[in-house]
Amino acid sequence: MTDFAPALGTLGGLLIGCGAGLLLLRNGRIAGISGILAQTLWPSAGEERGWRIMFLIGLPLGAAVVTVFRGPLTLEIHSDPLWLASAGILVGVGTRLGNGCTSGHGVCGIARKSPRSLGATATFLSVGAITVFVTRHLLGLGQ
Amino acid sequence: MKSWATALLSGGLFGAGLAISEMTNPARVIGFLDITGEWDPTLAFVMGAALVVSFLSVQLAGRDGSAAAQPPASGIDASLLCGAALFGVGWGLAGLCPGPALAALISGSTDVILFVGAMVVGMAGFEIAQRYRRPPTHAA
Repeated sequence: MTDFAPALGTLGGLLIGCGAGLLLLRNGRIAGISGILAQTLWPSAGEERGWRIMFLIGLPLGAAVVTVFRGPLTLEIHSDPLWLASAGILVGVGTRLGNGCTSGHGVCGIARKSPRSLGATATFLSVGAITVFVTRHLLGLGQ
Repeated sequence: MKSWATALLSGGLFGAGLAISEMTNPARVIGFLDITGEWDPTLAFVMGAALVVSFLSVQLAGRDGSAAAQPPASGIDASLLCGAALFGVGWGLAGLCPGPALAALISGSTDVILFVGAMVVGMAGFEIAQRYRRPPTHAA
């Protein structure tokens, strides 16, 4: 269980928005993380890897800067390895099939008033909530 | 090389934001999705604040005529919704999505490494299935 942290949440959200805004305004690119990762691993014709690799390196580096000030990241994971691996595979397949994740659809796409992103975000939020309800409350798994 | 520096800074801001708001902590994400339990609304504040800034930058980019500021021409289809639903199940099971998982790699947690590895395997599986279904067309 985690305590509601509106101030840190807002601060973090502003930083995420600045990151996405910077990439859009300076590079004309969308900060969709699943897409950036997939295009880095298997680039389509004419797509370059360089800036994508830099963006991906930036993610853990930015988190590392935060740990300097706030100490190590808190990671409360109550799932066993098989559970985590299954979840990872679903996230990998789902974000490719659905063309984006929380960043590309949730943060960037909705800001562009994309109906696709709105539809995707509404879907993964509701399915995520149903999944937690079923696993945690109906099946009593994963604490 | 300037675009590389911008991308590094952009990823850095993104990763810092995810870490400060603790979106890198699966328990916090699951706490948000757990609307019938001890609900933690933090994620809504993260997404809301990120959307405000993102929306303003889209307006600025649109004024400069950036194509990336335009919504896609295609509409909602079955693969979009199926993909988002599969992603939703995985997100609800682990409390991790691609950005926070990659940012949390800095912790060295074997759980996070396992999740990211499995995610890449899932993406690779999709990639292989795509190529099998539609052989790559070479630009003339």
